[in-house]
Amino acid sequence: MPLLWLFLIVLAIAAVGFVLGRARALASAGGDVRNLHSLPSYYGNNVAIKTVVPAILVMLIWLIVQPMIVNSTISGMIPESSVAENSSLGLVMSEVRRTADGLDNAVANGDMTEAFARDARADFTDVTQRLKDAGQIVTSDVTQPILRAAQSYRIMNATGNLIMSGIVLALALAGLLWGLRDSHAAFRARNTVEAAVRALLIGAASIAILTTIGIILSLVFNTVEFFRLYPATDFFFGTSWAPSFSGRGGSSDLGVLPLLWGTFYISIVALVVAVPIGLFAAVYLSEYATPRVRAVAKPMLEVLAGIPTIVYGLFALLTVGPLLLGIFGDDGLGWMQAGTAVMTAGLVMGIMLIPFVSSLSDDIINAVPQAMRDGSYGLGATQSETIKQVILPAALPGIVGAILLAASRAIGETMIVVLGAGAAAKLSLNPFEAMTTVTAKIVSQLTGDADFSSPEALVAFALGMTLFVLTLGLNVLALYIVRKYREQYE
Amino acid sequence: MTDASIGGAAEPRKKKSSIHELDARTRKRNASEARFKAFGLGAILIGLFFLVTLAVSIVRSGLPAFTETVVDVEFTLNQAQFDEAEATLFKTAAYSDLFIADLRGTLEERGVQVAFDEAAIERLLGKVGGTLREFYRANPEQLGQPVAFQLPASSRVDGYFNGRVTRETLEDTRFLQGSDLDLVDALHEAGVIRQDFNWTFLTGADSGVDNPGGAGIGASVVGSFFMMLVVLVLALPIGVAASIYLEEFAPQNKFTDLIEVNISNLAAVPSIVFGILGLAVFIQFMHLPQSAPLVGGLVLTLMTLPTIIISTRAALKAVPPSIRDAALGVGASKMQAVFHHVLPLAMPGILTGTIIGLAQALGETAPLLLIGMVGFVARGYPEGFLGGFTEPNSAMPAQIYTWAARADVSFYEKAWGGIIVLLVFLLLMNVIAIILRRKFERRW
Repeated sequence: MPLLWLFLIVLAIAAVGFVLGRARALASAGGDVRNLHSLPSYYGNNVAIKTVVPAILVMLIWLIVQPMIVNSTISGMIPESSVAENSSLGLVMSEVRRTADGLDNAVANGDMTEAFARDARADFTDVTQRLKDAGQIVTSDVTQPILRAAQSYRIMNATGNLIMSGIVLALALAGLLWGLRDSHAAFRARNTVEAAVRALLIGAASIAILTTIGIILSLVFNTVEFFRLYPATDFFFGTSWAPSFSGRGGSSDLGVLPLLWGTFYISIVALVVAVPIGLFAAVYLSEYATPRVRAVAKPMLEVLAGIPTIVYGLFALLTVGPLLLGIFGDDGLGWMQAGTAVMTAGLVMGIMLIPFVSSLSDDIINAVPQAMRDGSYGLGATQSETIKQVILPAALPGIVGAILLAASRAIGETMIVVLGAGAAAKLSLNPFEAMTTVTAKIVSQLTGDADFSSPEALVAFALGMTLFVLTLGLNVLALYIVRKYREQYE
Repeated sequence: MTDASIGGAAEPRKKKSSIHELDARTRKRNASEARFKAFGLGAILIGLFFLVTLAVSIVRSGLPAFTETVVDVEFTLNQAQFDEAEATLFKTAAYSDLFIADLRGTLEERGVQVAFDEAAIERLLGKVGGTLREFYRANPEQLGQPVAFQLPASSRVDGYFNGRVTRETLEDTRFLQGSDLDLVDALHEAGVIRQDFNWTFLTGADSGVDNPGGAGIGASVVGSFFMMLVVLVLALPIGVAASIYLEEFAPQNKFTDLIEVNISNLAAVPSIVFGILGLAVFIQFMHLPQSAPLVGGLVLTLMTLPTIIISTRAALKAVPPSIRDAALGVGASKMQAVFHHVLPLAMPGILTGTIIGLAQALGETAPLLLIGMVGFVARGYPEGFLGGFTEPNSAMPAQIYTWAARADVSFYEKAWGGIIVLLVFLLLMNVIAIILRRKFERRW
């Protein structure tokens, strides 16, 4: 049964349950709402919740668990010998899945009978030919073990789905009966429904935790897998980054230092652009600007933060890069070889970060109480002296926090560096050279048909872990500074 | 800061005759004041300058993507010519010859004299013969009748009209030669070649790397739409439910603290890490289809949740406690007070936050690249509504990235054009958010 249908049927049972439960409760109160413990619709909702929630929960868990069980069983079926020299179990499994999908589609289109697709003794060359004739994309030659595996894959999935549909429907009906049995006037329906809703709310709030756990688990498992194939010391202290996708195991140099250097260098250039401009803009906006100027200039600057980063990436690649090349390239000063460079990416990223620094700092400067300014003016200080010697020191923890947040954005930024910084991993001091960053390498290692069991693809998870730890550390530090050193005013 | 200082007593004090005359130190301080103020103003102007530069370069480079150069020709092929052409060895070449003969006739009628051959036509219009053959094989009933063809010109001819390709910079290549431009000018004067609005760009799908002219953003707009649908359906209820719990029901304990810290941390996790999460959990572990808007939507949901939760909590907090107290006072339960009274009042704020979160998600690129939603998979529209979620597709930003990463510079124009489309969508969403806020804004 297609999932959508199953889902709709459960919902339909719940709708029926709502009507029945409500009617039954009303009837038990003799038709007078005042004799009920709760409002009638709560009795209906009670039945509906008892119908839907267990059934859908089981369905979701089943959907996650079944593929795992099927996959592990099927991969057990594939003999060691049929995994070719330059292949892996993962690749064979995807071939099995492709073949199974091909069989499914062929049956659905009527090119093949179900019995033929299931027949374990079917001549596999014939199956390959018939699948190809049916326009299904199949690996060049479907071998005997793969066909067998695909056939049992289909059968296991089909029986699994059938059992799941049965269990889910049975659960829904059982929930319906359970709910209906409870629908009588003395039942505290509102309390039950509200407890259920509360549980749902808690569940929704827990998704944040689940997401974090998911991030950490997926990073940790794959990183551990990577370090099993590639020594950790070489990763953390290696000064050369030269992955080779053709050779497997040991032939690639995967040292993270050049990438970290590129990341820091570009981030520093970005901060050198963003911090002074953002800070001066914030000071002007909060201290000097008239309300009208402020009302226009602040949202205008914030537009810079709302523009998608792909736009900045294109801006770096096609506008700023050629511009810088015109000034610093061979026609000008001769320092730059190509438009993609640390300078290009850093400059554009700096533009993106201006509103982060300016808006956050602006809020913080505004929070400094007027009494401190008045005190300073009273002592004869000019406005700029007041700002430099009273307001900025008072706002410093907040400003440092804002800068750290901007730095963590810069480290995690992807599209600008993918398009603007080049792809060469280098340890160099020249800002006009192309360099690359952790994020850009994650993208290049994981796009394309990489096999997830090779160190060249798994390294992306180790890079992701590094990035995650770095940005998390910066964020925690920023929050800590803001909390610890924030001046409290009355 | 005062004029008096400890060391100052030793120096002989200059007597000032008038308070209207500033001494050197005051002048210095005033100058420093003016300088500081100018720096601030300068910083804002620099920021605005960047904004304007960005806007100008987007509009200037992107607008050409919306026009295409088409050649209007009326062409008649009769049955005899059709049979004859089909009988030759090089069938499309035969069609090309017929077409060129026809075009020559048209030009002579209008008094234009330019020499051109088959190669030139192929450089300007691509494989005309193939197009014509395909048309007549599909519509044999049109044989013998005049048919008006609108043939798209090659992207370099397009560039010539847009100013991207000029006579000065042109080098003779197999794509375009200087002599071809004479022909283009002649055709333009005769009114055969003209500029038209490029509907293919808005409605089409991505093309091959050798056909920048036929590339369109339509399919990836559909991909983005289905992704946003997933985000809306999941992120809005989950985000609102989580915020209601945290803001209205959560007791002060370790679990609540953990959730709150988690949410603020998730808001600062780089987007690419969410892409890794999607790849590892949804594709590697759960075996959901790769490149599908469903997976993209799930990843973006997780990414947008913190934004929605933070803005929803602010909206809930803005509803004054008196509303809750009044509801509780007439006998509502806590749950009823929240769902019947607080939530409706907070809805405009929640919707504004949601739209802004959706706008962020719409522009996000990096996580989509990791789950395989790159431009070149968007070769067509999905079939049916459910197919929209599971069939491989791209999204607008990923499509733009794919174009920007291609070697042929003609695709850059498409990338800029795609950005205009993307920004128009973002602008619309923000306008809706602002209108909602204005319309329902309420002061307590």
